[in-house]
Amino acid sequence: MFRFLVRRVIGAMVILLIISAITFWLFYAVPRDPAMMSCGKNCTPEALAQIRSNLGIDKPIPVQFWEWLQGAFMGREYAGYGHCDAPCLGYSFANREPVFGTIMDRLPLTLSLAFGAALVFLVLGVGAGMIAALKQGKFLDKFASSASLFGSSLQIYFVGYIAMYFLVSKMGVLDQPSYTPLTENPGAWFSGLLLPWLVLAIIFTANYTRMTRSQLVEQLSEDYVRTARAKGLSQANVFFRFAWRGAMGPIVTVFGIDLGTLIGGAMITEATFSLQGIGRLAVASVNQSDLPMLMGVTVLAAGAIVFFNIIVDAVYALIDPRIRLA
Amino acid sequence: MTSTDQQPFLSVRDLKVHFSTEDGIVKAVDGLSFDVEKGKTLGIVGESGSGKSVTNLTILGLHDRDRTAIDGEILLDGKELLTATERELERLRGNKMAMIFQDALASLSPFHTIGKQIGETYRKHTGASKKEARARAIEMLRRVGIPQPDMRVDDYPHQFSGGMRQRAMIAMALVCDPELLIADEPTTALDVTVQAQIMDLLKDLQREFGTAIVFITHDLGVIADVADDVLVMYGGRCVERGTKKEVLRAPQHPYTLGLMSSMPSLDGPVDVPLSPIPGSPPSLLNPPSGCRFHPRCTFAEKVAGGLCSSERPALEVVAGRGSACHLSIGQRQEFFADFAASRH
Repeated sequence: MFRFLVRRVIGAMVILLIISAITFWLFYAVPRDPAMMSCGKNCTPEALAQIRSNLGIDKPIPVQFWEWLQGAFMGREYAGYGHCDAPCLGYSFANREPVFGTIMDRLPLTLSLAFGAALVFLVLGVGAGMIAALKQGKFLDKFASSASLFGSSLQIYFVGYIAMYFLVSKMGVLDQPSYTPLTENPGAWFSGLLLPWLVLAIIFTANYTRMTRSQLVEQLSEDYVRTARAKGLSQANVFFRFAWRGAMGPIVTVFGIDLGTLIGGAMITEATFSLQGIGRLAVASVNQSDLPMLMGVTVLAAGAIVFFNIIVDAVYALIDPRIRLA
Repeated sequence: MTSTDQQPFLSVRDLKVHFSTEDGIVKAVDGLSFDVEKGKTLGIVGESGSGKSVTNLTILGLHDRDRTAIDGEILLDGKELLTATERELERLRGNKMAMIFQDALASLSPFHTIGKQIGETYRKHTGASKKEARARAIEMLRRVGIPQPDMRVDDYPHQFSGGMRQRAMIAMALVCDPELLIADEPTTALDVTVQAQIMDLLKDLQREFGTAIVFITHDLGVIADVADDVLVMYGGRCVERGTKKEVLRAPQHPYTLGLMSSMPSLDGPVDVPLSPIPGSPPSLLNPPSGCRFHPRCTFAEKVAGGLCSSERPALEVVAGRGSACHLSIGQRQEFFADFAASRH
């Protein structure tokens, strides 16, 4: 297990390095000059050159990338800002705030949103899928199957606005989505995020219901499940320790991908509920040609997905002893 | 002793198992009766789809209750199984009656160690501690001939070879010293040497514990090796039964004769061609009328009045020996002898 983790973490670093290099190159491939944007109306060539030099974008691209990497691992001196400690991802072109600090400010919201919603849709989705698998072909199964088909065809910006209109504005049963740090006021944290959690859950639950049901139905017809029953084990025991064990793998895999995606880019969700998380930051950094912020957000998003992939592989090996970690 | 003064250990009476499918009712088993005595082995022979596996899953109550209609009687040591509750069946399964399945790799859980899988059956039925169950698992593995059982007990099924997995499966079935053992093609997937070892093992265990064994196979060679009595199934019905000697030496049903002629013989001349039974197994959704074997039967046209396609032949059993065929015994002796002569 230890060797597996070391190998995978090194692999993850390489992937992140490649992704950041590509992002850097893509940024300059777009014919937009960030210096022009901050230069304003009365721009002179001298002023433009000055801004370029201040932003550090007058140097060749490989040198810039190298300096960016140096900053990330060892910290660097910044013209106009002084020393920036590692991990230094630079300063925003748009508002001159440190990128790392900004991301750290926004991250708790995005993590709260992702993990809260994940908990709801995992419990509801897997629960409904289990019931559907146990009641195959009966009313509850048909209900869960059609409800999940309906749910999975919904979109967040559709359900989100409808839910806000009815539940918040009309009926007032839920609070307007907002973010209060958990450490500050747990009650406000919970009530402010409840609506986004539920809306996200509606959409994701469907997928987990269908997946859990189909996996369980398949596992329940496996020979080893029949053997477990032939040994005289109780139905609950057979269901949870045998069939569910076999069904878990694919669900864990998809769950890992979903978590990574939710953390890396809940752009539409955050825009729908006017929450200022990583997703909004990513959109703004693209619009403003804010290279340092874009780099920071991209590495975070890629990092989240790579991280959860490693976790998924490790969990998979715990579930299924046939999988060798090396 | 006759069967009236002592109940046989397992008694199946007029068993009917019908499934409802989207296409209609499948009559997987259609009126089957047999007995198995303690310490004896009943071999059930038949093609795939003849109802032999369904019969045995029904004995253990492992069929899908929602989709199966069952009629008849299954008595295990005097206890009616078809009306037993799931709880009662759970107490019997793995304990008083156990089953060995065909494909050991698929039938063992990939997620649990061999020792755990053997031990949990023991714990369930005896209330033993984890430690006792582990010791028992090691003992069972030793008994079925797994080398270094105290090390291999912590292995997972995928770390075992095919023969070892089948042995582990047997160890699991026997861990509570069951009085009835149902073996569903336990050796089909194995090579011949391992097959012979496994069958010797079953015979030893039967001698030791007096277990009643139902051995399901499509291989008459295996039947010749292990069985005391033989029951031949075709299309969900018994077509012939008797002792092993009676059935294999002097088959009374054309289907049994066909099965035997389609097997190579080591004793006879090697240039005799095998004669497979023409046609394919009957559809149980829409089975042939009358005798279910008549569309494939070489002798069907020799019965007057098309009786074979219109009327179900009765299975008349005298002292455990019987067959279901419209030909008279005399006719059969004559025709079967001609059939054998024509092959030489």
